[in-house]
Amino acid sequence: MQIERLSTHYPVRGAFLSRRDKAVKAVDDVSLTLYEGETVGLVGESGCGKSTLGRTIIRLEQSSGGRIRFEGRDITHDPPKKLIPARMRMQMIFQDPYASLNPRMRIVDTLSEPLLVHRLVERHEIRREVDRLLALVGLPSSAGNRYPHEFSGGQRQRIGIARALSFRPKLLVCDEPVSALDVSIQAQILNLLQDLQEELTLTYLFIAHGIGAVKQISKRVAVMYLGKIVELAGTEELFRRPRHPYTQLLLNAYPPPDPAYRRKQSRVILHGDIPSPANPPAGCRFHTRCPYAQQRCRVETPHLSEKEHAVACHYPLA
Amino acid sequence: MGPYLVRRLLIAVPVFWGITVLSFLIMNMAPGNPVDMFINPNVPPEMRELRKELLGLNDPVYVQYFKWLAGVLRGELGYSFSSYAPVTELIGARIGPTLLLASSSLAVGLIIAIPIGILSAVKHNTRLDYLMTGLSFLGTSIPPFFLGLGLIYILGVELKWLPTGGMKTLGGDGGFADIAIHLIMPVLVLGMTIAGKKVRYVRASMLDVLGQDYLRTARSKGLSEWAVTNRHALRNALIPIIAVIGAEIPLLLGGSIIIEQVFQWPGIGQLTMEAILSRDYPTLMGLNLVAASVVLLTNLLIDILYAAVDPRIEFN
Amino acid sequence: MNQAELAWRKDAMDTERRHDGADDPPSFESYARQVRQRFMRHKVAVWGLATTLLLLAAGLLAPWLAPYQPNEITDAFSAGPSADYLLGTDQVGRDVLSRLLYGTRVSLLIGFTTVAIYVLFGTLVGLIAGYYGKWIDMLLMRITDIFLSFPYMLVVLVMVSVLGASLWTIIIVLALFKWPAIAMLVRGIVLSLKKADYVRAGVALGYSTPRILLRHILPGASGAIIVNATFGVASTILAEAGLSFLGMGVKSPQASLGNMLHDAQSLTVLTEQQWLWLPAGFIILLTVLAFNFVGDGLRDALDGRQL
Repeated sequence: MQIERLSTHYPVRGAFLSRRDKAVKAVDDVSLTLYEGETVGLVGESGCGKSTLGRTIIRLEQSSGGRIRFEGRDITHDPPKKLIPARMRMQMIFQDPYASLNPRMRIVDTLSEPLLVHRLVERHEIRREVDRLLALVGLPSSAGNRYPHEFSGGQRQRIGIARALSFRPKLLVCDEPVSALDVSIQAQILNLLQDLQEELTLTYLFIAHGIGAVKQISKRVAVMYLGKIVELAGTEELFRRPRHPYTQLLLNAYPPPDPAYRRKQSRVILHGDIPSPANPPAGCRFHTRCPYAQQRCRVETPHLSEKEHAVACHYPLA
Repeated sequence: MGPYLVRRLLIAVPVFWGITVLSFLIMNMAPGNPVDMFINPNVPPEMRELRKELLGLNDPVYVQYFKWLAGVLRGELGYSFSSYAPVTELIGARIGPTLLLASSSLAVGLIIAIPIGILSAVKHNTRLDYLMTGLSFLGTSIPPFFLGLGLIYILGVELKWLPTGGMKTLGGDGGFADIAIHLIMPVLVLGMTIAGKKVRYVRASMLDVLGQDYLRTARSKGLSEWAVTNRHALRNALIPIIAVIGAEIPLLLGGSIIIEQVFQWPGIGQLTMEAILSRDYPTLMGLNLVAASVVLLTNLLIDILYAAVDPRIEFN
Repeated sequence: MNQAELAWRKDAMDTERRHDGADDPPSFESYARQVRQRFMRHKVAVWGLATTLLLLAAGLLAPWLAPYQPNEITDAFSAGPSADYLLGTDQVGRDVLSRLLYGTRVSLLIGFTTVAIYVLFGTLVGLIAGYYGKWIDMLLMRITDIFLSFPYMLVVLVMVSVLGASLWTIIIVLALFKWPAIAMLVRGIVLSLKKADYVRAGVALGYSTPRILLRHILPGASGAIIVNATFGVASTILAEAGLSFLGMGVKSPQASLGNMLHDAQSLTVLTEQQWLWLPAGFIILLTVLAFNFVGDGLRDALDGRQL
């Protein structure tokens, strides 16, 4: 999948009769390519637009600019009907397992509905297919006869994954799939995702606001700030040698398990709140909070460099 | 607040236009022609035609509408078919008694409902609460005309404490006391209907507020339960009640038709019944329009008032 | 998150630890049982339900229960209650009890039909306005504003009088000015549910909009709609009785609870022939009260968990 200069803006009504209707630039001019079978982590604070980006690329939100190419086809403006083949190849796993399953439907109905609606499986074979999906995510066949509220968060997330897999998709957008779960369950779900990726050659866009999960699962990591990708590099490289000041601060905020290591680091902490995306700062959007900001940063917008280790900063760290 | 006000006002404009269209449409669904129906059949046909022409009834419907709308915008509602008096005058002569009845009923309704609702909430799930809630259901469920007839029978006919109808005693002075004594029964009936609904609303609103954290804080500061209820809870519980008073206005205007009929109260409701019985379309059209406009206007005022009182509303 | 929800989540996790739960009963039944239990605890609601069923039976069976034809003119005029005429006869000589039974039938018929019509229409408008949003929502909401501006009793009275009162005009007119309330209720629920992840999942799975609206959003609004409809039957019966009382509803000779009270506007009837109006008034009160209590019980019973 290729994303070229994608933007998603939400209109906000400006002052009445002022003619200047503002827009929240949730995603602003983002380009990113996902290669088959890889996992790209997408991190940033809440409100940075990472979830919107995830929803936009699978067309749950309408983009306001740019292009989305999926398996060689431009799907940016496909009408719902024409989009169905693409939808079958890309699915989403949602953050809140308590909200992502219809509480009034039994699991077997939730899992069979997509297959029946699109006539992918005959009705008399549906139960076997549902059982296969349940088994794929490590749930017994008996789970099908029950309702979502009878399951724990982790189990529900497994059901959500099973539903996403019902079309045998190639791309999964995982929107913070573990952040609502207990720590012990998080690891189980991450392992499940990794196993499934190997087994089914899936491509993941893995969205998270915590660094931990991303580090475990991703091959590459993109860091997002106020609707823009500010740094993109291989996971190892990014964690060892962050080049954008924001990435560095983000990594600092994430306490590594080793206290000795923690003491060595001179910790610069991220100050202040993230500015409103309705009214982002001019120039480099991070300059209001950047410890290294200079005059140029306030005026000129930096662009993501086209290197293996890409960074959008006028004065990247060494 | 300024832009919010402007937007709120601008939304009211198309709604007002819609009200005029609907008022007009309802009257034009009438089968037949009012002139044919009501003029003495002995009147020669040419005279009938002349009347129709004068009333503009030979114009296409949309021309009639725009003529009428133009009048409305100038504050004219046309002339009554039956008395030939301007509709505005007819309504103007009757609106006073109705406003008196409606506002007294609203006041009485709230005076009954607020203390009972608060009591019910403070003592919730006690026998007293159940009794009050049960009574409030009775208040909303009893047909107002049935209650009215019952009161007339008991208080008016049997006990002879109160006059059975009208606004003034025949040949009486029509002074404050005279009107007040005539007002008691109709206000009681209409006030009951209002109170029944409001009791449950006040109770729910109060219960909601009583569960909030800041009240726990107030209590933990050692304030007495009375002070907590009174100073902290009440104010916050009553703000949402302002908003729902607006919802009572159409109820009051509609309900007063029946009440006025039962008690022979000379207001808008009686005028409506008279106009219906004499098929006086311009008057009915005017009544609908005025009533709907009053509702629109009060809702507008309440929204603005609510926005001014509740600091949580944002104006963007 | 409130206490109940916390407890519930904790419970769900405990279930996981305990066993795989293959032998648990399907949950819909347990939910239905829960609702039934909560409703049954509400004593007045149970009374309301029993009364409602009784009235329904009386209305349905009126032709078999009534001792006389409702319009049959007997040889007793304005006769008080007696062994022949349990509730007496009216001024024309018709049996009051028989007319009460038929009147109940008419009131319930109007109540249910009107509510069915406006609930269906209002739900449709609410679904469309809430789901599509933007200018469609704006337009539909302004239209509901227009309808809501007219005082119900006034506009219904005037419109019925203009169109001429027949059973169907009464039903249509009563429904015409009642749908906006349901539309606004449903719209509000749709607005909150359409952001729910399971609805988004439906979009991602390529479901058609009608499927998403009817299968995934509407069930979430059904509880509120049912409660509102129950209260609606009560208020519609009350409104029809009001119309008939004013002489603009169901027209004589057809019996209706409201028009039986119409005659009580004369002082003789009011003071000397109470059997003509007291029973009719009480039946209306009873019917409306019963439906209101059922509605209240349903609200409490369905409210627990937002299922």
